[in-house]
Amino acid sequence: MEKEGEPDRKKALLLLGCPEVPVQMGIALYASHRLRKEGWDVTVAGNPSVLHLIRVSDPERHYVDRIAALDRCMEKLIEGKAKPDLCLVFAHNDAGLSYAATVGSVAPSRVVAIIFGRNAEELAKTIEFPCETIVEKAVHNPLALRQKIDKVFGWAALKR
Amino acid sequence: MGCIEEMKYEVLLSRVTFKECREFIRDHYKEFHTVKPGYKIFDSYIIGVPPILIGVDDSHVVFPYTKPCHGTFLLRIEGPQEIARLRAGKA
Repeated sequence: MEKEGEPDRKKALLLLGCPEVPVQMGIALYASHRLRKEGWDVTVAGNPSVLHLIRVSDPERHYVDRIAALDRCMEKLIEGKAKPDLCLVFAHNDAGLSYAATVGSVAPSRVVAIIFGRNAEELAKTIEFPCETIVEKAVHNPLALRQKIDKVFGWAALKR
Repeated sequence: MGCIEEMKYEVLLSRVTFKECREFIRDHYKEFHTVKPGYKIFDSYIIGVPPILIGVDDSHVVFPYTKPCHGTFLLRIEGPQEIARLRAGKA
């Protein structure tokens, strides 16, 4: 991870999967933006492609505070060295659910799995572990998924 | 993490679910151990859906390994020290 967050701000961690489904990056930047406006310190973790997408999309870090390599981030969570207050795990395949299950098992924080992609509903049905979920069959168009996220986090009434 | 990919491994199943990994291990190995997500094996943490099973096949361990872009694989790697650690119940 990059520099540590400010100690007085609540910390949110967004764990992204492989960026092959277009809505993921848009929704991640949107959620990060919303959380930052509420005072959260936001770290986005992902594979090298995810991190490059963020560097290109948000070069001056208007939307994301920090970025982190996924493997290193998981190590810190498992070892108890990182203790975010909120984890959003993006999942469009079984591997994404594996990360959600692991985060839910090792982190004491609120964990929300954002399940999207063509098979979102079928994927959500395979979840056999306790987990808060937001499910939407979104691939290219992020609006329906954004609506559900707004509702869960109370952002729906806010002016866009 | 990642050193597992530099080891000599055999891929038993490719792009499967954790449930399929569990069922395969239960069906094929007399000895298996249940571990929690985040269990460390070969200096890597297992990312997965509980209950996670690790099978023992002679001097080899059989366990699920997840890569975010590629899914979950069931690997077989020689590891007498890992077997001893599993039998001792050490996390």
